Amino acid sequence: MEKRVIFKGVWLPLLLIAPQMLITAVFFFYPAGQAVWQSLFIPDPFGLSMQYVGLGNFEYLLSDPYYRASFLTTAIFSTLVTLVSMGLALYLAVLADRLIKGSGTYRTLLIWPYAVAPAVAGVLWMFMFNTRVGVITWYLGQLGYDWNHVLNGTEAMGLVVIASAWGRISYNFLFFLAGLQSIPRSVIEAAAIDGAGFWTRFRTIVFPLLSPTTFFLLVVNIVYAFFETFGVIHTITAGGPQQSTTILVYKVYADGFVGQDLGSSAAQSVILLLVVGALTVLQFKYVERKVHY
Amino acid sequence: MKLRISALALTAALAGQSAAAQTEIEFWHAFTGRLGELVAEQVETFNASQDEYTVTASHKGNYSETLNAGIAAFRAGEQPDILMVFEVGTATMMAAEGAVKPVYEVMADAGAEFDPDAYIGAVKGYYTDTEGKMLSLPFNSSTPVLWVNEDALEAAGIDRDVDLSTWEQVGDVLTALKESGHDCPLTTAWQSWIHLENLSAYHDVPFATQENGFAGLDTELALNGPVQVKHIETMGQWAQDGKFIYAGRRNEGGANFRAGECALFTESSAGYAGISSEAEFDFAVRPLPYWSDAEGAPQNTIIGGASLWVMEGQSDAEYEGVAAFLNFLSSPEIQAKWHQDTGYLPITEAAAELTREQGFYDENPGTDIAVIQMTSKAPTANSKGLRLGSFDQIRGIIDEELEAVWSGDKSAQEALDSAKTRGDQLLRRFEQANR
Repeated sequence: MEKRVIFKGVWLPLLLIAPQMLITAVFFFYPAGQAVWQSLFIPDPFGLSMQYVGLGNFEYLLSDPYYRASFLTTAIFSTLVTLVSMGLALYLAVLADRLIKGSGTYRTLLIWPYAVAPAVAGVLWMFMFNTRVGVITWYLGQLGYDWNHVLNGTEAMGLVVIASAWGRISYNFLFFLAGLQSIPRSVIEAAAIDGAGFWTRFRTIVFPLLSPTTFFLLVVNIVYAFFETFGVIHTITAGGPQQSTTILVYKVYADGFVGQDLGSSAAQSVILLLVVGALTVLQFKYVERKVHY
Repeated sequence: MKLRISALALTAALAGQSAAAQTEIEFWHAFTGRLGELVAEQVETFNASQDEYTVTASHKGNYSETLNAGIAAFRAGEQPDILMVFEVGTATMMAAEGAVKPVYEVMADAGAEFDPDAYIGAVKGYYTDTEGKMLSLPFNSSTPVLWVNEDALEAAGIDRDVDLSTWEQVGDVLTALKESGHDCPLTTAWQSWIHLENLSAYHDVPFATQENGFAGLDTELALNGPVQVKHIETMGQWAQDGKFIYAGRRNEGGANFRAGECALFTESSAGYAGISSEAEFDFAVRPLPYWSDAEGAPQNTIIGGASLWVMEGQSDAEYEGVAAFLNFLSSPEIQAKWHQDTGYLPITEAAAELTREQGFYDENPGTDIAVIQMTSKAPTANSKGLRLGSFDQIRGIIDEELEAVWSGDKSAQEALDSAKTRGDQLLRRFEQANR
C-alpha cells in the first residue's frame, strides 16, 4: 500500500498558506477581476460615467490591423530577447566557469548591468545609437553603414532587442553560472578521461544537467520580454517607427495612460493575460518534459 | 515672568490664528529645472503678497504624468485645487463635467475682477468654449517659429538676410544648401504640432470638423485636405533628397540645430532659452513660413503648452484663494517677467505691452516674432485651436504616418488618409466615453 503523509487538521495548513493566498488575492485576483469587469465598458477617465459595451472593446481591438500586427511584433521581440539574453549568458557562464585568473572581477563586471534600471538602459543605448550624435552610429558610418532606427523599423527592433537583452544577460549569467558550478567535476573529468572532447561533454552531460536552470530562465525571460521591457521601448522608440516596436504591453500603456482609453486598455490586459497564461501552460506541458531534475 | 508668559501666549494665539485663517491651495504642475524654479518663485511672491492663502506647489512628473496624477487623485477624492494640463489634454478636461470647475465660474463666484478680453485672442481661444466663456487659465503658451543658423547660410553662399517667409523660398534655400554640400539643411521638432496642426491654422483650413472639435464631440479629422497633402508631399520629397532630416518625434532635432549641424529648424518659440545659451553661431528667429499660393495664409498660428484647470469639490474659501492666485498670475508684471524669463508667450495684451515698454524686444531681437505671429489677425474657426479627445494618442498615429512618408513607404495622401481613418476611430471612442 502506498504510504502517504497526511497532516491532520484543517486550520494549520490553511493558516500556513493564508499569507500567500492573501497576497495573491489582493495583488492578482482583485486587479485581474477589475480588468475583466472594466473591459466590458467604455468609461470616461474621471470615473464619472461608464458605457456598457459588452464585448465591444474586444471587437474594436481585433478589427484593428495594427493591433493584430502587434501580436507578431511581440512574438518576434520576445523570441529574440530570450534567445539573445540566454544564449550570450550561457556562453559567458561557460567561460567564467573555467578556472582562470581574475575570474572574480570578470564575474562582477558581468553582473553590473543588472543593476541598471530598464529605462536608464534604454536612454544609454538610445544615446549610443542616436542617429546624429551617437558613438556607434558614427563608427557604423565609418564602415559605410547608414544607421537610422528612427525611420527603419528593422533597425529599431534590433536596437530595442539589444537594449532589453543587455541587462538581462547578467541575471541569466548568475543562474547559469550557479547551475554550472553545481555539476559534479568528477562526472566531467571521467568523461574527459574517456576521451570526450569539450563539445561532446557539453552536449551530453553539461547541458542536460543544466536543463532545470534553463527551463526556469526560459519562463522567467519570456515573462520579462512580455512585461518588463516597457521602459526600454518607451525611452528608445516609443513604439515607432510605424508601430514596428509596439509590443502588446506597450499598447496597454499607450491606450490606458496616454489615451485615457481605459476600456480598451483593460480589454488588452485581459487578452495579454490569456496569451501569457496559455504560453505558460504550453511551456510546462511540453518543454518541461525534456527537463531532468 | 508674567510678561514673558503673556507674550508667549500672545505669540501662540497669533500663530494659531494665522494658521487657521490661511487657506491652503494645492497646485500641481509639470515643471522641473529652471521652469520649476520660476514657478516656485511666482508662488513665493504670491504667498508673501497676502496672508489669507498659502499656495503649495508640487511637481507631479511630465505633462502626461501630471494629468494622470490629477485624474487618479480625483477618483480617490483627493484632487488638488489647481491642475496644470497640457493643451492636448484640453478636450479630456473639458468633457469632464463634474470634475472641473470652469475658470469663469470660479472668478464670478469669488467676485474677483476678471476680464477675458485682456488675454491674447489666439491664446484665449484655445481654452474658451463656443459661447466665449473661459474654461481654464492660459499659463505657459508657445507657438512654432523658424530658427535660422545664419553662419550656415553664409557658408553656403546665401545672403544671411534671405527672405524665408514662404515655403517656396525655403525650398530654394534648401536646394542651395544641399548643393553646397550641407548635411542637414532643415530639421524639425514636434512634427504633428508644427507641420499639420499649425500648418492648418496658419493656412486657415480645418484640422478637424466641428470647428476643430470646439463645437461638439462628433468631430472628424480633416487633416488630409489639399494644403496639408501638398505640404507633407513636399516635405517627403525633401526628406528623400536629404534636404530635410528627420530626427525624432519630440525635440530631438534641437540638439542638431544647437550644435550647428542643421541650418534651418522649425521649433517652438520657447526653444529660445536653450538655443541662446548653447548656440555658438549667429542665429535668427523668423516667422513660420507659409505657402504663398494658399488662400488666407498667413492666418495666425496656434499654441502649445499648458493651462491651469480648477478642480471641483473644494470649499468656497479655497476657490476664493484660487481666484486670487489666478488673478495674480495674469497680472502684467508677473506675466511680463514670466514671458521674458522663459520665452513663453505673454498671455495678456498688457504683459506684451509692458515687455515692449521695458525694452526687452529691442535687446533681444526676434523674441516678439511669436507674439506678432499670433496676434496679427483675429483667430478664425480654423485657427482658434484644437479640442480633440485622445489627442495625445492621435498625435502618435500622425507621427507614425508621417514617418512612413519620410522613409518613402507611403505617399502623403495615403499616410494622411490613414491617419484620418485611424484617428477618427479614437474620436468615436472618446465620444462614446463622454456621452
